[in-house]
Amino acid sequence: MSILAGKKVVIIGDRDGVPGPAIEACAKSAGAEVVFSSTECFV
Amino acid sequence: MKSVIKGTGYILAHTPDMVFYNGSTQTTERIVNPDSEYLKELPKHLRKYDQAVSYWPHQVYIGNKTPEELENTPEPYYDKVCDCKDRFGKYGEIIPEDEFYLLMQASDVFDLVMLEKGFVSKTKDKFAKDQYIDESIVARVKEGFDLAEIEKCVKEEHAEGLYIDFKLVGCVKKAHDVDPNFSAHVIHENLVAKASSVLALIAGVKNAGISKDEVDFVIDCCEEACGDMLQRGGGNFAKAAAEIAGLNNATGADTRGFCAGPSHAIIEAASLVAAGTYKTVAVTAGGCTAKLGMNGVNIVKKGLPIMEDVIAGFCVIISQNDQKNPVINLDIHGKLAVGAGSAPQNVIGALVMDPLAEAGLKVTDVDKFSPEMQNAEIMKAAATGDVAEANYKMIAALAVKRGDLDKSVVPTFPKERGVKGYAPIQGHIPSGVPPIGYFRDEMLKGKMNRAMIIGKGSLFLGRLTNLFDGVSFVIEKNDGSKDSGGASEEEVKSLIAKAMKEFASTLLKAE
Repeated sequence: MSILAGKKVVIIGDRDGVPGPAIEACAKSAGAEVVFSSTECFV
Repeated sequence: MKSVIKGTGYILAHTPDMVFYNGSTQTTERIVNPDSEYLKELPKHLRKYDQAVSYWPHQVYIGNKTPEELENTPEPYYDKVCDCKDRFGKYGEIIPEDEFYLLMQASDVFDLVMLEKGFVSKTKDKFAKDQYIDESIVARVKEGFDLAEIEKCVKEEHAEGLYIDFKLVGCVKKAHDVDPNFSAHVIHENLVAKASSVLALIAGVKNAGISKDEVDFVIDCCEEACGDMLQRGGGNFAKAAAEIAGLNNATGADTRGFCAGPSHAIIEAASLVAAGTYKTVAVTAGGCTAKLGMNGVNIVKKGLPIMEDVIAGFCVIISQNDQKNPVINLDIHGKLAVGAGSAPQNVIGALVMDPLAEAGLKVTDVDKFSPEMQNAEIMKAAATGDVAEANYKMIAALAVKRGDLDKSVVPTFPKERGVKGYAPIQGHIPSGVPPIGYFRDEMLKGKMNRAMIIGKGSLFLGRLTNLFDGVSFVIEKNDGSKDSGGASEEEVKSLIAKAMKEFASTLLKAE
């Protein structure tokens, strides 16, 4: 069973790394509940 | 008609006092934690002008050193003195803060910049000796004001102070009593962007070897907005800067797209020239005060000097095919469409792999890629990592997946096909465009055939969409051939006759 299944997840993605929506899709597919997701720009 | 890159300008303004007084990290800290250790420590970490001039990445930016020479010099650079310490380079210059204040005042047409009389008289002669500053700009420098008047504006009228070594030498006044878009903060930010764009434009035109009157159109692609409370982003930085730069035959307009702005603007400029709408277009952008010292907290904690101490500007002059200068090949360009998705492989796929595949090219057909050119040592010190390298690795990974590249060469791909990041962390400035001057030089020498510029923009920062954006384009060595002028009348008649003959034969077959 996935370690994220049934867990609430906060996601902070990186535009030049892995952006929020991409992490969100992975987390959801692993059964997580995404409570916050954003992409940040560090440049 | 093909569009070529006729010349480039890259300029820096060393502004350590603006780091302290105007950088957004510092202004925010002053509000939320005015007695913080960081603010107390910061002044000890600011560099002197000579140190900023002899900083390796700055010498690469203005063209005295090449990105290759930087690559072959081991990090760190902040503790090294570059063997070239020239203020002026092949592409531009590093102007000191005092002279930059005079340029800001000369760029101001609404009497909003006040400089102290003694400061003006002390600085004006050396400002006039700047090789890019002509008499028309020097003539715009005013005598100045008494210090008491400036102090009154700062203390009582919410003016933004201008400092040299933490000593007040001038100010930027607000332009309206209640309009927040005309606050001293906004006017200051916009005049800095304008003045640095003016210097970049002058350098670009001079380096292109053309007269100022040859520029028909200017596109500004910085990330600031100017306008009053009725039209907050009305613009137009382009024409405003062109006026001060003396480009009397040009009009202009602004293109915005966060950090992707420059790449969008160059594609637009190349298309305008290719279409014959304008013969010569200048793409320009000034720099950003808010990003000065942006990563200062981590930098100071590590005991390093503040390397985000320069305002930057750039200019690319795009003109009609001269059979010599590198061509912007408009047949190869990538775009991150709304529906493209945001996974890293989708982004690099849309911006790099798809346009190359459509043109029948492999990744290895491109000599150099230029994505995010942020100074790598600053990004690493800020714990963000080498952004340029992250992009090269993704390009390499997708190239392996597509069969363009053997897996064994992935580790060396960033050095072989990439450019090490050296540009100031000024948002749109590092986004793809810094090495264009270097690429042009290498193509003119016959040492490079093709380079791809990749610009990305964080649209989500505007809070209108969660998307980000990106576009890419390709620069190629000019093969010297003349543009074809279209088909002749005889050729058209021949094509129609051939088509009719083929059509008739299909009818006969059908019977």
